[in-house]
Amino acid sequence: MLLEIEGLNSHYGRIHALKSASLTVREGELVALVGANGAGKTTLLRTLSGVHPASSGRITFDGCDITRMKASRRVAEGVVQVPEGRQLFGPQSVEDNLRLGAYRRGSGKPDDDIDRLYEMFPVLKVKRDQPAGTLSGGQQQIVALGRALMAKPRLLLLDEPSMGLAPLLVAEIFDAVQRLKREGTTILLVEQNAHAALAIADRGYVIETGEIVLSDSGAALLSNERVRQAYLGL
Amino acid sequence: MFAELLQYLLSGLTIGAIYALAGLGFSIIYNASHVINFAQGEFIMIGGMASATLTASGVPLPLAIMIGCGGAMLVGVLVAKFAVERARNASTVTLIIITIGASIFLRGIAELVWGKDFKRLDAFSGETPIQILGASMQPQSLWVVGTAGVLIVAIGLFFARTLTGKAILATSHNRLAAQLVGIDVKRVVLASFALSAALGAIGGAVVAPITFSYTEMGIMLGLKGFTAAVLGGLGHGPGAVAGGLIVGIAEALGAGYISSAYKDAVAFVIILAVLLFMPNGLFGKRGTERV
Repeated sequence: MLLEIEGLNSHYGRIHALKSASLTVREGELVALVGANGAGKTTLLRTLSGVHPASSGRITFDGCDITRMKASRRVAEGVVQVPEGRQLFGPQSVEDNLRLGAYRRGSGKPDDDIDRLYEMFPVLKVKRDQPAGTLSGGQQQIVALGRALMAKPRLLLLDEPSMGLAPLLVAEIFDAVQRLKREGTTILLVEQNAHAALAIADRGYVIETGEIVLSDSGAALLSNERVRQAYLGL
Repeated sequence: MFAELLQYLLSGLTIGAIYALAGLGFSIIYNASHVINFAQGEFIMIGGMASATLTASGVPLPLAIMIGCGGAMLVGVLVAKFAVERARNASTVTLIIITIGASIFLRGIAELVWGKDFKRLDAFSGETPIQILGASMQPQSLWVVGTAGVLIVAIGLFFARTLTGKAILATSHNRLAAQLVGIDVKRVVLASFALSAALGAIGGAVVAPITFSYTEMGIMLGLKGFTAAVLGGLGHGPGAVAGGLIVGIAEALGAGYISSAYKDAVAFVIILAVLLFMPNGLFGKRGTERV
């Protein structure tokens, strides 16, 4: 088991945003977490990354308890997040954004990895010297994804990668996610776009008002009556 | 006539270089932590006092400056850690009051350690004035302008070329994202205080032979540095440097052509004008962010 979350609770002031959530991700798996706006998806990822404190419960990553670990150390351990809304370093160049992604990696050659990213996403190479904030939404999402990949993630957390993007770009982003999975990256994907997420996921979890209410294989959840009504609009 | 103008410009440039360093210090800390650090002037004072008193007791000048600089950096880190970091979620006004408190505290300590007297530091390379087109210039002014120039270029390269510098900038642009790429944002804040303190202390040491050192020297220098930073656009490094030079030269011209009694007033007229008419300063943030 690469990631194991047990009975995780988290609060925003007096709001109980995450209620005893439990979830697991195995090595090489693509797991989707779906739910409505405000259900606690982003809170779960923020708590996982250590930028929001857990009130109680346990997060185990590759056998180590990381519940109280500093955010910066978690990145070094390989838990890397592509945050909601992309959160680029807007005034800095695309290439600087990518290099900063490799901030925690002391060794290795970031240059080689940047070249590989440029090969994978040619648009990054074209825009390398432009301030990241001037790119279009889709291009920014690719920069955000590339920046996370520069950290050599062992577990990639994706928060709403399709949000605000045109359908064509959504397809492109999901293609990239699938490609990463085929290459062996373990991914926890959080999406409001439940259909697209569950269609490519090995397994899925459904979260409602801070509680995980369902978990099954991606395909099973897609055909689950409750999921279809609540999230797929069918 | 021309010689007189040149004379004012030269002295304005000299003092402006110190304001530029102080302004840069304000901007670096503001960028990393959104704190306006009114203890910036005290870093200058520590640099000036330490180098003056240490050389007086026989320590060689370069070593004295290094000790002063190291001491100021340590003080900067302590201010960040025990005064600013503890109030992480406080409002801007609260944080400003905290740094003002820290500056008063530091002046008090300095008075206990060094006393209230003016301390003298010999000019680094003699006092024979250099004649330029009828104006005369102290050799120490060259030290001030030269040192400030080197430091400013070094800081510029640090932020533009090194990963650490880029990480500090990244933290100022987006704190959450900085954490998510693994930057320890608390350490960035500490580093920014140390860096600003070093700039201030070195500035204080090179200017000490011109202004003398005393425990309250940091008040005016700090406020003028703040004026420089605001004039250039708070958080904008090159802007702070330009702001410092403008304030320094305006002050020298004001003192020369109007009255030296109004010397200090010039900076405050500038800051009032900036706050009233262009609160973003000369080079205020251009929005490149797209949502």
